[in-house]
Amino acid sequence: MLFELSAVSAERGTKPVLGALDATIEEGATAIVGPSGSGKSTLLRLLNRLADPSAGEIRYRDRPIRDYDVLALRRKVALVPQLPALIAGTVADNIRFAAELDAGTPPPDIEHLLDLAGLDSSYAERDSAQLSVGEKQRAMLARALAVEPEVLLLDEPTSALDENSTNAVEEALAGLRRRTGLSIVVVTHDPAQAERLAERTITVRPLWTPASR
Amino acid sequence: MDTSIQISLGEVAASLALVGLAVAVSRWRHADLERDIGIAVVRSFLQLTAIGYVIQLIFDQNNLLFVFALISVMVVFGAFTARSRAKGVPGALLPLLLALGLSGTVTLGLVVALGIFEPEARYLVPVGGMVIGNAMTASAIALNRLGDEFRDGANEIEATLALGATSQRASLPAVRRSLVSGTIHLIDSTKTTGLIFFPGTMVGMLLAGADPVDAVRLQLILLYVLLGAVAISALLSTTLAYRNFFTNDHQLRDLEAD
Repeated sequence: MLFELSAVSAERGTKPVLGALDATIEEGATAIVGPSGSGKSTLLRLLNRLADPSAGEIRYRDRPIRDYDVLALRRKVALVPQLPALIAGTVADNIRFAAELDAGTPPPDIEHLLDLAGLDSSYAERDSAQLSVGEKQRAMLARALAVEPEVLLLDEPTSALDENSTNAVEEALAGLRRRTGLSIVVVTHDPAQAERLAERTITVRPLWTPASR
Repeated sequence: MDTSIQISLGEVAASLALVGLAVAVSRWRHADLERDIGIAVVRSFLQLTAIGYVIQLIFDQNNLLFVFALISVMVVFGAFTARSRAKGVPGALLPLLLALGLSGTVTLGLVVALGIFEPEARYLVPVGGMVIGNAMTASAIALNRLGDEFRDGANEIEATLALGATSQRASLPAVRRSLVSGTIHLIDSTKTTGLIFFPGTMVGMLLAGADPVDAVRLQLILLYVLLGAVAISALLSTTLAYRNFFTNDHQLRDLEAD
């Protein structure tokens, strides 16, 4: 089991968004679905401790996540945010930047990482500011893969994209799953996308416990 | 050489004609600045007159303890003033106090240690005032920018934290840009000094009848001292203040919740 959440409550600002949530997330691909404001993104942020719950406990691989060094945890459980936020420079600069965050990470195979993210090698030297949103999102994916995570958390990876870009990102994620077996947890408001991308779905309702299928 | 000149209150009053011009412009253009101009004139008169007597007293005593006390008061007032410009930065007062205090101590200590000025009140008080004033402006601009950086760039910072970056690494670009913001004004004005504007000390000395070469040399010393002071204060204030945006676990604080 990857994650186990026991009676987890969380607030965003002062507003409670998750109340006494119990859930388990297995290895493989899991989608978290629910209406906007139901706390899906908050739940994702709890999994790599960008935020902490106000009550309850989260375990990662049978160990409380607070027992892990928080920086090491985030390299094991890397999160790609909803809006692409690349640093200034080329796509390759971004990938190297991520790899260099930990002295123990080997130099990145940029071409391979771009390929995993569904981008050809010509993107390495492209200026990140000049990419389309869909390309930026895949560059974010390549950058996250550079830290060699065990799990990838994706927050609404296609919410800002048109249909073609959405297909490209979904294909990249499906290819990534096939080729690496990396576990992913993807937040989406679109149940059809959850069907396409994930083997299991957790439905979050505003301050309700989840229903699993 | 006698560099003292006598200024009568009548001459000061005559210069109010220019303030009248500023008020007239404000009225003509409906800029609604008359009240602020009035407050500025009254406050500058009262504050400078009061500080004139204080400085007179400190010069007469020539006691370094009095100098230290006066500069400490400037540091505290400067830190509170700069904090009002750095509203987006949580807990900005302590970083500002340390930044202004240290930049004042280090620069005054160095100018005395290097033999540039004697450790006497008549040198340390005016130089200290300039140092603290410029350090305050630089820190205020730097922290104002830092607040903007964290408000507008929170996504980028959190995206970096999300891959296991330390809070220090994630905020490095924001801190760097804030440092540049705080110091670039003085660097630019130092570059153009003598061409586009005459700095205040030099103007004051020329008006008081000093030899232009002496006026220039003193001005150069002060410009270089101020560059050091401004760099120290902007560096310290940003380096200390960025930490307040994060928890110990490298999480961005939810500032709206505070």
